[in-house]
Amino acid sequence: MTVGIVSYGAAIPRYRIKSEEIARVWGEDPDSIKKGLNVHEKTVPSPDQDTTTLSVEAARVAIKRGRFDPKTIGAIYVGSESHVYAVKPTATILSEAIEASPYLTAADFEFACKAGTAAIQTCVGLVGAGMIERGLAVGADTSQGAPGDALEYSASAGAAAFVIGRERVIASINHTVSYTTDTPDFWRREGQRYPTHGGRFTGEPSYFRHVQAASERLMERADMKPASYQYAVFHQPNGKFPIRVAQKLGFNEPQFKTGLLTPIIGNTYSGSSVLGLCAILDEAKPGDRIFMCAYGSGAGADAFDITVTDEIRNLHREGTPTMKQLIDDKEYVDYATYAKFRGKIIKGASA
Amino acid sequence: MRDVAIIGQGMTKFGELWERSLRQLVTEAGLAAVKDAGVPGDRIDAMYVGSMSAGRFVGQEHVGALVVDEAGLAHHHIPSTRIEAADASGGVALRQGYLAVASGDADVVVVGGVEKMTDVIDQEQTNTLATVLDQEWEAFFGATFPSVYALMAQRHAHKYGTTAAQLAAVSVKNHEHGAMNPNAAYPFAITKDAVLKSPMVADPLRMLDCAANLDGAAAVVLCAADKVAEFTRKDRAVKILASHQASDTLAMHDRASITELAATKHAAKRAYERARLTPADIDVAEVHDAFTIAEILAIEDLGFYAKGSGGAAAEKGLTSWKGEKPVNTSGGLKARGHPPGATGVAQAAEIVQQLRGEAGKRQVADAEIGLAHNVGGSGGTAVVTIFGRMK
Repeated sequence: MTVGIVSYGAAIPRYRIKSEEIARVWGEDPDSIKKGLNVHEKTVPSPDQDTTTLSVEAARVAIKRGRFDPKTIGAIYVGSESHVYAVKPTATILSEAIEASPYLTAADFEFACKAGTAAIQTCVGLVGAGMIERGLAVGADTSQGAPGDALEYSASAGAAAFVIGRERVIASINHTVSYTTDTPDFWRREGQRYPTHGGRFTGEPSYFRHVQAASERLMERADMKPASYQYAVFHQPNGKFPIRVAQKLGFNEPQFKTGLLTPIIGNTYSGSSVLGLCAILDEAKPGDRIFMCAYGSGAGADAFDITVTDEIRNLHREGTPTMKQLIDDKEYVDYATYAKFRGKIIKGASA
Repeated sequence: MRDVAIIGQGMTKFGELWERSLRQLVTEAGLAAVKDAGVPGDRIDAMYVGSMSAGRFVGQEHVGALVVDEAGLAHHHIPSTRIEAADASGGVALRQGYLAVASGDADVVVVGGVEKMTDVIDQEQTNTLATVLDQEWEAFFGATFPSVYALMAQRHAHKYGTTAAQLAAVSVKNHEHGAMNPNAAYPFAITKDAVLKSPMVADPLRMLDCAANLDGAAAVVLCAADKVAEFTRKDRAVKILASHQASDTLAMHDRASITELAATKHAAKRAYERARLTPADIDVAEVHDAFTIAEILAIEDLGFYAKGSGGAAAEKGLTSWKGEKPVNTSGGLKARGHPPGATGVAQAAEIVQQLRGEAGKRQVADAEIGLAHNVGGSGGTAVVTIFGRMK
């Protein structure tokens, strides 16, 4: 039985801020920021956009494209590290918004930047076991970066939604492998406004170790080599790590360029690798093999071996935006507007 | 005072050693040095360990007792002392070990140096490094370790015309050396262009002008010169011909000149006098290049080159391992790495290898006399040690 992606949808804010603008405010050298992080601009959520609304927007696109009755969805999982409520699920709001049936199981996931792929894995399991017909997995974030911190150049917003099922599968998920350890490279404690990161510790012992371990085991299990894939996409905390890890593993630019979005939209955290996958599914052809590896701090990596099927030709794309259209539809804001939108300006009690 | 020799040396590879703790590092280096020396544990009379800020970096003080315990020698109840003198901790520890043997109090002493910096986030590293400055008069007002050296570089450029390219030449040369040192943290060559285009840290010092924050440990075994034969061959022993330490004002602004480190000059003068040598006699030197400007100051203050001409000397390649005055053949603080407490001891380990003829690809031909120069902070402390082959 083939289990895989039945449909997908993406959503990102249309507001953008350039790295130069952030660097200008903090007196940093924009060229060394752009060179150091390979992030040129990032999305900025408007005051009315949050993890919930972005999840709804992405899920609605997926349902529209899939042309199925949302009442057939048996599970909804939303992965994010910026759920609007600390207690009260995003998944319940999403389920009502897409008019799903109340007879479903739902929960919010958190695993730093890989909660969305953890949601996909869970849905693959439930569908594969025959417990549900379809599952909806979402990775969404409006991530936080403290003013003046290096994260401020990358932390952005976006969501990707995937309907997982066994009928009309457009991309089969052949294998998935995870690698998980207790590695404290990035965290935000209860009540803290902004996360703390371990600087260079986030690199070699964290991102690279986990992504490489999961990726290598996946290719071993799938009996695949990097050259056998048409596409490869990785978690993209900045524009440099994914390129480095791709090259270390043996992938080359034609394979990873389509899914590499962080340089132009920033790090969308739980949306990062899966929005890259959306960009790939926008152009992939039947028979194409896709390699994906997500990474979440704390830490873990989820790797996937995916095959695009003939069914992708039947996806109803009309009236839904491609990733490229979402990226091209943009309006720049200055730092002051960005600070206002992101709630970084604390107003007086009388205001 | 008795003559003192180094009969063993060892070090860990320097780097971002995420998987290893302070105690593992110092023990690995210590065991390597003891093995190299051929000294059994029950012949060790005392230990000294240089550690700049174990308390802030890993929350561990009382490092003296820790190293004896980890070495498995706690039941021998030998004295063990932790030395702190900013990033001259290792050099000062070496000097204390030397004095203990020279005085006749001990025959065999193990001197270690260690720092484990990467357990804290970057900002905490920067704050901790700034504790080597004057907290009330420098760090409190925002001065960081790189910023005070940047001021020295600015003044040196103003007074003597030292250029960014000359600073970069130091870094390029030290990376060329580090590429030949298997224990170096950054064993690869870099170009002048890469240095000049690296991100600005504190004008004119760029990222590749600065030694990085790293983990590592080094150790040497000291022995009374007349007892060397009990443990090893004489030709594997290196004599300490002189060791001197000098101090200066803690804050840089209290000094008459900031284009020299007076502590270096004083320590060097007394060391040369004791060893009856001149700067011209030094065949190979390890100097404290925490920043590229620091190496230029060092080669001037140690008397290798006239004040103001250090930049030109570096640019001409005179201080390359193939040049007339090989400096930092290990790669120096820049390329070998700079875990502060370990640096002074690692310098001694390099000189021992050079004088024994065991320095591999980076071996300086016929090296007879070596010098190590270790600085604490912006120059509040300096140690100069001169070594010679056992005749």
